[in-house]
This record gives sequence, structure tokens and C-alpha cells, in this order.
Amino acid sequence: MSTETKEKALMGGEFLIRDVRAKDVFIPEEWNEEQVMMKQTCLDFVNQEIVPLLERIEKQEEGLMPSLLEKAGELGMLGISIPEELGGMGMDFKTSMLCTEALGEAHSFSVAYGAHTGIGTLPILYYGNEEQKAKYIPKLASGEWKACYCLTEPSSGSDANSGKTKATLSEDGKHYIINGQKMWITNAGFADVFTVFAKIDDDENLSAFILTKEMEGITLNAEEKKMGIKGSSTRQVFFNNVKVPVENLLYERGKGFKIAVNILNIGRIKLAGGVMGGSKGVITYAVTYANEREQFGRPISKYGAIRNKLAQMAIKTYVVESATYRATQNIEDEINHLVEGGMDKGAATLKGIASYAPECAMLKVFGSEVLDYVADEAVQIYGGMGYSAETRVEMSYRDSRINRIFEGTNEINRMLTVDMLLKKAMKGELDLMGPAMKVANELMGIPDFSAPSDNEFERMREVIGRFKKAVLMVAGAAAQKLAMSLAKEQEVLMNIADMAIQLYAAESVVLRVEKLAEMKGLDAIKVELEIMRSFMFEASETINKSGREALMSFGEGDELRMMMLGMKRFTKMEPFNIKESRRVVAQAIIDANKYCF
Amino acid sequence: MKILVCISKAPDTTSKIAFKDNNTAFDENGVQFIVNPYDEWYALVRAIELKEAQGGSVTTITVGGADNDPIIRKALAIGADDAIRVDMEATDAFQVASEIAAKAKEGGFDLVLCGKETINNNGAVVGGMLAELLDAPYIPLATKLDVSGTTAEITRDIAGGEEVLTAQLPVVISAAKGMAEQRIPNMRGIMAARSKALNVAAPAGTEASTEVKSYSLPPAKGDCTYIDAENPAELIKKLHEEAKVI
Ligand SMILES: Cc1cc2nc3c(=O)[nH]c(=O)nc-3n(C[C@H](O)[C@H](O)[C@H](O)COP(=O)(O)OP(=O)(O)OC[C@H]3O[C@@H](n4cnc5c(N)ncnc54)[C@H](O)[C@@H]3O)c2cc1C
Repeated sequence: MSTETKEKALMGGEFLIRDVRAKDVFIPEEWNEEQVMMKQTCLDFVNQEIVPLLERIEKQEEGLMPSLLEKAGELGMLGISIPEELGGMGMDFKTSMLCTEALGEAHSFSVAYGAHTGIGTLPILYYGNEEQKAKYIPKLASGEWKACYCLTEPSSGSDANSGKTKATLSEDGKHYIINGQKMWITNAGFADVFTVFAKIDDDENLSAFILTKEMEGITLNAEEKKMGIKGSSTRQVFFNNVKVPVENLLYERGKGFKIAVNILNIGRIKLAGGVMGGSKGVITYAVTYANEREQFGRPISKYGAIRNKLAQMAIKTYVVESATYRATQNIEDEINHLVEGGMDKGAATLKGIASYAPECAMLKVFGSEVLDYVADEAVQIYGGMGYSAETRVEMSYRDSRINRIFEGTNEINRMLTVDMLLKKAMKGELDLMGPAMKVANELMGIPDFSAPSDNEFERMREVIGRFKKAVLMVAGAAAQKLAMSLAKEQEVLMNIADMAIQLYAAESVVLRVEKLAEMKGLDAIKVELEIMRSFMFEASETINKSGREALMSFGEGDELRMMMLGMKRFTKMEPFNIKESRRVVAQAIIDANKYCF
Repeated sequence: MKILVCISKAPDTTSKIAFKDNNTAFDENGVQFIVNPYDEWYALVRAIELKEAQGGSVTTITVGGADNDPIIRKALAIGADDAIRVDMEATDAFQVASEIAAKAKEGGFDLVLCGKETINNNGAVVGGMLAELLDAPYIPLATKLDVSGTTAEITRDIAGGEEVLTAQLPVVISAAKGMAEQRIPNMRGIMAARSKALNVAAPAGTEASTEVKSYSLPPAKGDCTYIDAENPAELIKKLHEEAKVI
């Protein structure tokens, strides 16, 4: 690869203050043949092994889900990025993301798969010692053993470190005795391996333990009755004096929360990959239906109201994809960089992902909300049939909803986004205050009236530059005005997070389309250009609205007026015919009769 | 046993079909290619099953340009041992069959398998020509294939029933639905495909024996009118007055 010509990549959060060149980002049009083939294997698996069985999966037919995980294991899908010496494929992080995307169309199976390969396997892979890895990972990679992850408790959800489950050392010092209760545990019904978080004695922080099914004292409640992903097993798990050998302590005493947090970072970006695949699938059913269903003598896909929906569904999905793989490549590069510096691959993966934790949180929020939007509009396109439990969109609609709740609720992830960015600033890793001050000074200066460039991408970059100023202005002013009380002003935090998310998304789509233009020429990417234009408009509106909401929440007097004017200036966009723009996008998917980007 | 499997690319069934060069050539622009399903699901998979059970090797052969490499590597990922690509743009079946025959003779294969037809041109003649050129028996449309020693036992669907026959190797067989079941290439296979040989061979230089004058699409489907099954009078009226066929 041409790494030598690359500029230093943006570090986590740096998108707020630095620009990046289109040629330095990864775009999905650059997957290599092997990666495409692996994705196809996952799609084939979904279409041949999962889709025909959806009804039986929904009913949680005894033994079915574990047998499907085993089949996935035979195909090597459970160990994509597990090292070869531990029974995996040793592929990179990016490829595992692509496979996660492909499996995103698999409804309940996606969740079982994600829980097994993600939160189920990764704590042991990344924090286990050599013996623990050798004992568990090959069997988890093959699917012989299935895994679950037990963090949440009835009284400890978002506040995950507050769990009451206890571990006490036995008198002979050979065992921990674990007592407590976990809730909402995915795959619990058939799991062989349980990663359990508990506090040792009176520790303030969690520790993590590896438990196995046959240990005495583990019992399960009945399956939860859920709104969606009904085919996935979700149960309460009780631990009653479970004797766990001391060697089953994972990593170090009191470091469980660190494990939980780092594994969640991975889970969040993986979730973004999965929901993106889900969105693509849903768009395909929606457009297929819209092309077939006739009312008033014409297919409903001929109506502007429906086209507008199809276009917006596709535009948002394309943007999620652009942003997700852009961040994925940044993470991959950072992992490789750390490995070259001598770090062990597992540690490098965790550190690489942690460096981009704000992006992971943003993508989780953005991706899950786009899938909800897409699924909701798909139901609308199906009309009454969308409300029938016999259609797949009805299932998608119900299944989609969980994504805003688990892996940290979207509120928690929004707060984390801002919190992590500000912490990076405080640690000196990210200079937010300097640029924010500059923007504040600019507000008092004379606006730049220079003529816009002839090059559309330059104009878009100029707009993105202003979006950055908008975010910096609001975040800087909020931090200054509210100082320590900012954490309590959650409404403002939500606004800032939304602005950051839209900025990251908009910049990612511009970079992707600009790179595509270099690769294929402008004529070949007419639809993509419309996607970019339409989304830029949407982003400018959201940034403007969230920004003004935030400013109005804490600003006052002249200063508020000045910042409101600044917000207007920073989010200004040249008008264009958005209806025509979206019609072009809609026409492309209507012609292809599927999501086609 | 040395098995040769003929593999060709075919457009994905959801592709939009269009022509270029004055309707004399298929426009490949924007078309997603797959391994021709009869070649992949039946011929290749059965060849691999035979190899797994009895030992030997599976080689694939394709006549075409480098744009075929992705589908060839898929065949390697599914489990073929190596591949030959005869580097030429063939324009008719005789050219393809002659080029394959030349390589098949060099390789000394016991069994040559191909799909019953490609799903784009549906010529279904390469196998027959190939058998003739190799001076071997040709058994088309086989739904079942077993080999013991040097004898192949083949089942074929015939009108209203089945025919079972045997033939001495070497033999050329075209595979139809039922001979095997599609295999999803596993991740390990995909990775292994990286290091398997894809040998690009110079063509023997056979000339085409036919030339395409033009292609055309079937006429667009007309509107379909539904008539209530309870109302035959309406049907008769429409056939009489609108369609004017009775
Ligand atoms: C189907 C399913 C599968 C799951 N699988 C697993 C699993 O395998 N393993 C596991 O450990 N857990 C699992 N979970 C648990 C999941 O991670 C939690 O449900 C989630 O973290 C939210 O916790 P909670 O349900 O206690 O909600 P709460 O924390 O009670 O949140 C309720 C609401 O309050 C908001 N809120 C909470 N705290 C704050 C705050 N400080 N400021 C502002 N708003 C706040 C939340 O955003 C939310 O809107 C699963 C859950 C479900 C439903």
C-alpha cells in the first residue's frame, strides 16, 4: 500500500480541528477481491441458511440457533479476525467489519452472532492469558462452544460499574465464590462460556471471570418476551455460590470495567457495521415492493412521495457506510502502526480502537438511528402490508429498535462522545480550545466574502470547514460558560453530540464522493454527487438547529445574538433543487430494484 | 483421478441486459459476474466431492481474459486445486471447446466436467464438441455421477424417467441440477485460494466458426389484465372485442 504518500491520519476526535485529504480515506469501492468474496460468503450464508428459517428462528426452536452458529463456525465466520494460531482466519479488523455488515441482514441471528463473536469472545481474546486463550478461543472460533457476556443487572444498566454481583475468595484461596444476578443476557440459553463481571469482596471496581456452563450454581430464568429479535436468546442468569477456580479471573482484579469499556468500543463500531447492512437489506425490500405494488394504475415507486422516501433512506445509508469505513480504516492504520512499534496485536487492537472511541460512539448512534428511520419508512412504503406480521419489513421494524438501547443507550453514547472529546482536550491530546478561541474571535471580525470556487468539492470542503467552526463555537462556549456544570446540562451535551455526528457524517460523504470522482470521473458518479449534495443540506439543517438550541440554552444578550448570527453564517448553503437531487437517487435504486451503491 | 472442470462466467441473474457494437455484443458495463451456476454448483462441487472421497486433483479451465480471474479464484476458494485460464476472448463455442481440448490433452485428465449450459448464451454445446475433440464419450445432462475404478456411473433425467449408464474413463460429462449441492466457500478456502496456481496459458489459436450478426431482447411485456374467475363472460368479451383473438 502507498502508506508513504499518506499524510498522518487524523487521531480520534481530530476531525473537529483538522482536515483530511480525500485520497487518504478508505472508501467501500476499494475492497479487494478476497474481502468481497468473504462478504459474499456471509451474504450467501444469510440467504441460504438463515432467511428460509426465519420463522423457526423467531419461535426459538430448540437447538436451532446454536446449530446455525455451528454452521457459521464451519464456514470460518466466527473467527474472521482471530489469529490463525488460535483457530481463526487472522484477517484484519476491516474485513471483520465487512462480514459484520453482511450479517446485518440476518435479524435475530445477527444479534446472536454479534454477541458470540464480539462481547462473548473478545474479552478472552484480548484480556485472557495464554492458557485461557488456548483453552477457550479455538472452540469459540469453531462454534463448538457458544459465549455470552454478563454485565447488566436488574439495578445496573447504563451505570454498569454499579453491579452488585459479588465474588469472594474461598478459604483455601483456590476459588472465587460468585453470587448475584444478571439480566438481559444474549445467548444465555445455550451458552457454554460466560464472561461474568463481579466485584471481589468490597472492591469499588468490577473484575471479570470466565465461567462455564457445567459449574454448579448457574441457573437461568425463562426467555424474555421481547418486542423484536425474538429469535435471539435473552435471559436472566443467576449465580448461587458458583465455585470458580482462581485461574479463571480474567486479566487483573479490579480491571473488569476497563475490559467492559474497551469491548464496548469495538461493539459500537461493529454495531454500526451491522445496522448499515440491515439498512441496505431493508431498502432492497422497500424498493422491490414499491416497484411491484400498483395503486391508481401505476407502481407506487412512480410517486414523488415514495421516491423521496426511498432516496432519503438510501442517502442516509450511504453516509453511514462512508463514515463507518472511514473510521474503520483509521482504526486499522492505528493498529498496524502500534504493531509496527512492537505492540502485541491484541493490545494494539484495543488501543487502536480506544483511540477512536468518540467516533465509535458517534457511529453507533448515527447508524442505529438511520436503521430505525429506514425501517420505519419501509413499513410506510409497504402500507398495510407493512403492518402485517407476514412481511419481513415488519420484523425489521421491530428488530431495529434494540440497536438504540444496547451497547450503551444512544443517550449514554451521545454524552460519552462529548465527554471523551473534552477529556482528550483536557489531556492535551486534542487542541479544541485553541481553534475554538479562533472561531470566537472570527465572530467579531468581518465575514469572508471571497468568491466561491468553481470546484464543487472545494466548495463542499469550505462548507465542512464552517460546520467545524459551528461545532467548535458551541462546544467552546458551552465549556467556558457552563464549566463544571456542563456535565449536568445534558440537553446541551445532546445538541453538541448531534452536531459532531452530522459533521463527521457530512465530511465522510464528501471525502468518499471526492475520492470516487478521482477514481471514476464525474460522469460516472452522477448519483453519488446528488447523495452528497442532499446530505450536506440535511447536515447543515441539523447542525444549525442543534447549534441554536444549545446556544439558546446557555447564551445571553449580545454574545448570544452574535453566536446566533455566527451559526447562521457557519451553516449557510447555496440553494439547489433538492427534489430533483433526491429523484435522481431514487431513480437509481428503482432501476436497480435494490440498494445499489 | 485427475478431474478437469470447465468454468465460465455468467451475468448475475439480476443484471440489466443491454447490447453494444450495433447489437453484436453483450454490454458488460456495470454487470456483476458470477460463476456460471451449472459449472459451480454441480460440476465443480461434484468434482471436489469425488476428490475428497477418492483422492486425486481438481483443475478448472476457463477460456477468457483476466476479467475472469475473480470467478476462477472463487472456484479455487470452493476447493479446486489449481486453474488454467486460456488467455483469449473466444466468440463461439467451437473456439472454447477447441482451446479446452488442447489443454485437456496435455493434462491427461480422467474426467472432464462442465455445466449443462451457461445461463447467458444457453448454447449447451461446448461439452459435446469437447468430447468429440478428445475422442471420449459424452454424457450430457447428468444428475448423478459416481466413479469406481475406471468406470463412471451416470444418471440422467430423460422424458418421464431416468436413465442410468456407465462409461469407461476418460469421459466428458455435462452436469445438471441435482448432481451436487451448492457449497458456500468457507473463509479458509478463500484464504487458501491466494496461494493456489492460476496458470495463464497462451491460446492454441483456434478461429471462430460462427459470427454473431445481432442480439435482441424479447419484446417488452404488455399489460396484464386480471379478470375475476367468477366472470367468464367478461373474459370472452375482452378476448372478442379488445384482443380480437376470438
Ligand atoms: C435484547 C437485549 C439484549 C441485551 N444483551 C445484553 C448482553 O448480552 N449482556 C449484557 O450485559 N447486557 C445486555 N443487555 C443490556 C443492555 O446493555 C442494557 O439494557 C442497556 O445498557 C441499558 O440499560 P438499562 O436497560 O438498565 O436501562 P437504564 O440504564 O435504566 O436506562 C433507561 C433510560 O435512561 C437513560 N439513562 C440512563 N442513565 C442516564 C444518565 N446518566 N443520563 C441520562 N440518561 C440516562 C437511558 O438512556 C435510557 O433511555 C441487553 C438488553 C436487551 C434489551
